[in-house]
Parts: sequence; structure tokens; C-alpha cells
Amino acid sequence: MGELLDGIRLYGRLVAARVRAQLQYRTSFALDLAGNFFISFLDFAAILVIFSNVPQLGGWSVAEVALLYGMSNLAFALTDFAVGELDQFPQQIRDGTFDQVLIRPRGTLFQVVTGNFQLRRLGKALQALLILGYALTALPIEWTVDRLLVFALAVPAGTVIFCSVWVVAICIVFWAVDGREAANAFTYGGQFFTQFPINIYDRWLRRFLAYAVPLAFVAYFPALYVLHKSDPLGLPAWLGLLSPLVALAAAVAAGAVWGGAVRHYRSAGG
Amino acid sequence: MTVAVPIIEFEDVHKDFVVHRKAGRLRRERTVVRAVDGLSFAVERGAIVGYIGPNGAGKSTTVKLLTGILVPSAGRVSVAGLIPAKQRITLARRIGAMFGQRVQLWWDLPLIDSFDLLRHIYRIPEERYRQNLTEFRELLELDPFLRTPVRQLSLGQRIRGEVVAAMLHDPEVVFLDEPTIGLDVVAKQRVREFLTAANRERGVTVMLTTHDLADIERLCSRILILDRGRLVYDGGLEALKARYGGERTLVVDLEESGPALRVTDARVTRVDGPRQWIAFDRERTNAARLAAEVASQAALRDLTVEEPDIEDVVRRIYAERQVGRT
Ligand SMILES: Nc1ncnc2c1ncn2[C@@H]1O[C@H](COP(=O)(O)OP(=O)(O)OP(=O)(O)O)[C@@H](O)[C@H]1O
Ligand SMILES: [Mg+2]
Repeated sequence: MGELLDGIRLYGRLVAARVRAQLQYRTSFALDLAGNFFISFLDFAAILVIFSNVPQLGGWSVAEVALLYGMSNLAFALTDFAVGELDQFPQQIRDGTFDQVLIRPRGTLFQVVTGNFQLRRLGKALQALLILGYALTALPIEWTVDRLLVFALAVPAGTVIFCSVWVVAICIVFWAVDGREAANAFTYGGQFFTQFPINIYDRWLRRFLAYAVPLAFVAYFPALYVLHKSDPLGLPAWLGLLSPLVALAAAVAAGAVWGGAVRHYRSAGG
Repeated sequence: MTVAVPIIEFEDVHKDFVVHRKAGRLRRERTVVRAVDGLSFAVERGAIVGYIGPNGAGKSTTVKLLTGILVPSAGRVSVAGLIPAKQRITLARRIGAMFGQRVQLWWDLPLIDSFDLLRHIYRIPEERYRQNLTEFRELLELDPFLRTPVRQLSLGQRIRGEVVAAMLHDPEVVFLDEPTIGLDVVAKQRVREFLTAANRERGVTVMLTTHDLADIERLCSRILILDRGRLVYDGGLEALKARYGGERTLVVDLEESGPALRVTDARVTRVDGPRQWIAFDRERTNAARLAAEVASQAALRDLTVEEPDIEDVVRRIYAERQVGRT
């Protein structure tokens, strides 16, 4: 427990140091933030364009998709903030700077993800929050305790699931340094799918998303539950309650994969 | 006589790298590179050991095995009574490491912020941290750039910062991989003095790799020379020089080009226009005597004395081994 608290405190210190450094360049920071915000807003505009042609998407209204989209994007923005540094990880393996992580008395993954926070990544979270706000006001949701709980836990659980997928995906580079593209297919590609109702996808892709890479638990199942909507695919509603458990399992699995990958690196030499 | 307990031990250690090379469109060829080949040595507490050898000899690999970055393919490694590969985190608190060619400090943070983060990463007690920092700041004259972001530091300033970063947590042993690479004379001297002080006053064991013979001369009581993953020399510097590197070179620039000079107890090894290289053995003559002799034969414009190059010494040792083998 003391270990954990100490880790959290250190995490806070690392973030704070980074914030201080980035705020030294206020204008460029503000521009970055605004840029990130608008770019991600354009994504949503694209969805609106789709809806202006079809009023429904796989049985989902605009506001309902906005809920899904907002939940997925908020989780993704938080993921990007927490472990976005993994993007730079292939470079760390290539130029050998990962070695330095191995000579410090802290967990390797912890050190890698805290290597270089980019505050501007929070621009995406802002956009997601706005869209969520719109969805919640537009939708006539009857809030009960269980729905509130599912909704409140969906984003943290979704963040953990995304983070786990990122970690597992990036482990490819321990074996193939140029495996970055393949990893991106899972991370950015995977997130793209979760923004939309998964029932619009092909059956195999759907199963893959729901069970193999448990991305359907990020937003789809929780959203169904909150909206009290029956699954067009006929899956039971209680799946929406499982996100936190799925997140826990995903995190454990990701930790194990990462540990194995680091062991491989240390015996093979990168 | 008491036998000191060694702080670093290598016992018949091997490290193989498996390298896959593309051969044809789909086929991959598998070759094994033996970077460390049955290496054994021990270093006693409080020593400063120079670890040298030509490029690709296996020096960095050895340091990685000692710090727990790599797991040996075979053999036993022990540092401060721990097994680096198995007890990486426990060991990390007790050793320091620095790789001169890499940036270990946070790139866009001021130096002092990097130190402060390290204090928390290593859980250095507040009091201890303050004492160390005060002392190190003075020894390495860090004050003028303590608040400058690392990315704006000159190489020499950054390296000084990196050396401090490796020592803040009171390590028992430090491994320095080329700590003076790219430094000017003054900065080199400062780093060397710092290491000497740390060794003398704190009893820190130092193991450093370098391609600079002067580092070895100023610092090391013992030298290990590695070649192709094997130890080819283990002993003092004087003995090494006496055996392999006795020759210095006097380089003279004359007013005019001419034939090779005739000098006693020395020989001209190269002539390039007005410049000539004269190799001599320190035991038999000296630079002053040679210079006087040259000046009596031709108009002398300039001269320099070149120390034997460490690479040269290593090459000669290796050549001798080759001869010895056949
Ligand atoms: N990760 C690796 N994968 C494959 N081969 C490696 C790896 N690291 C080192 N080698 C090989 O092992 C040998 C020893 O390399 P090492 O880096 O230990 O040499 P070094 O003595 O530090 O050389 P230098 O003076 O150039 O720094 C070399 O042949 C090198 O190519
Ligand atoms: Mg090296």
C-alpha cells in the first residue's frame, strides 16, 4: 500500500514537473491545445455529415451516437494522456535509451509512460467532454443508481482497457523494432471502431472487438445499459456491468505481456 | 593478510546475441555474436578500474550485465552481493551508472528539477540529498546553469550534470561508460577530480570505460583490457606501458621539407613535407634531448609530443597474442 501511494505521489511529481516546463512556453502551449481541440472536433463534424444523410446509424440516433462517441473519446483522451508516451517507445528501443529505464529502481512501464507527458493531449478530452455534455442534455435518460454507476465507471474502465491494449500492442517492438505500424492498427484503429455502434460492423470484426480485444466494453455495452437499449445483436444487457472487471483482467494481462516482453529484451539484448 | 571481499565478480560469463539478417526475400539468416566470451574477474571495494578495449570488444555489454540490463547467457555475475539479472531494482538503489553518449536527464527540465525527481525516484533521504547536492554543486561548479533546461546545456555542462545524477543516491559502485567523451580539457579535469574525490572520501568503487589514456593515467589503479569478449590484460598502468606502450612520438614541424632526420636512440617513422614523426622510448631518451638534436640539424618551427594511444597499446597486445597462438 505504501508502495502504491509512493508511486502515485511520484507520478504526480513527474506530471507537475512537466506542466511547469510546458507552461514556460505559454503561447505555443495554448496554440497546441487549441489545435488539438479543433482537429478532434473535425472528427465529430464528419459524423454529423453522415447523419445529415441518414438519420439513424444501425438503430442509433445522433444523440445516442454522441454519447457513445463522447465516452469512447474521453477514455481515449485520458489514455493518450496517461500512456501516449508509448508512441515514442519504438524510438527508445532503437536508440537504446530503454536501458536507462532498467537501471533505475522503479517499474519499467511506469518509467516509460511517465517519460514525457504532453499536456496538450488534454485538448482531446475537452472536445469529448463537450460532446458528452451535448448527448446527456439531448437524451431523455432516466437516471437510476445502477445506470449512474455504469456511466461513472465506464470512462475509467474504458481508459484502463485502452491503456492495456496500447501496452500489449506496443510490445511488438520488443521483437520487431519496426512493428510500430502494426501496433497502431490496434491502438488508433481500435479506438476508431469504438466511436460507433459496433452492430454496424461485420460479424467477425465485431466478435474480435468484443471478446478478443475487449473494446466493446469501453463504450458500446455501457452505453446500451445507460440508454436502456436492447442490443441489436441480442446480447444480454448485464454485459454493461462488466466493464470494470474486464478492465481489471485486461490490465493484469497487459502487465504480464509487458513483463514477458521485458524479460525477452533482457536476455536477447533488444 | 586479509582478503578483501570483491564488490564486483564475473565468473566465466558468456553473452551471446542472436542476430537475424535478411537473406533473400523471406528467408532470415540466424547468426550468433559472442559479445562476452568466458570472462572472469573480480574487483575489490574502493578500487578505480579502467575498462578498455577496441570498438566492439564487449565493454558496454559487460556494463549492461553488471547493471542488470542484460541477463547473461551463462556464468555468474555478482555486484554488491546481489545478482543483477534477478535483483535489478534492489541493486539499482546501490549502484550508479552513466552512459556518456546518452542523455539520462529530463530533456526539457532544468537541471535542478531533474535532480529533484531523481531524489524521489531513488527515495533519497532529504538531509542526505541536500548534503550531496551542496557538495557536488561546488565540486563540479554547477551553479551557473543549475536552472537551465538540460536541452540548452553545452555538452560539458550536461555531462557534469549526468555524473552528479549518477552519484546523488550514494551508490557503492558506479559504472561510467565513456564519461569524458567530447569534453574539453578543463571539463575533463573537473570530472576526473570529482571521481577521485568520490572514491577517496566516500569509498565509491568506480569502473569506467574510456578511449582516453589520460583518464586511465589520472584515475585508475588497475586496468582491464578486453578484446573480442576476453580479458587480455589485468594489472597496473605502469606495467602495461613498460610492456607494450613505452614509445612516445615527437612530432616536429621544420621550416623546410627535407629527408628524414638522423637522431640517436629514436627513429623517424613518417615524413610528410616539413613534418616528421620521431618515435622514442622514454627509458632511453627524452623529448628535450631529441628536440635539441633536431634543432641542431634543421630550423625548427614547432613541436608536439604524442602519448601512446590506448588503441595502439591494445592492438599491440592483440598482435602479440596472435603471434603467441601460432
Ligand atoms: N543488442 C545487440 N544485439 C546484437 N549484437 C550486439 C548487441 N549489443 C552488442 N552487440 C555486439 O556485441 C559486440 C560487443 O559490443 P559492445 O557494445 O559491448 O562493444 P564495446 O566494447 O562497448 O564497443 P565500443 O567501444 O564501440 O563502445 C559487438 O560485436 C556488437 O556488435
Ligand atoms: Mg560501448
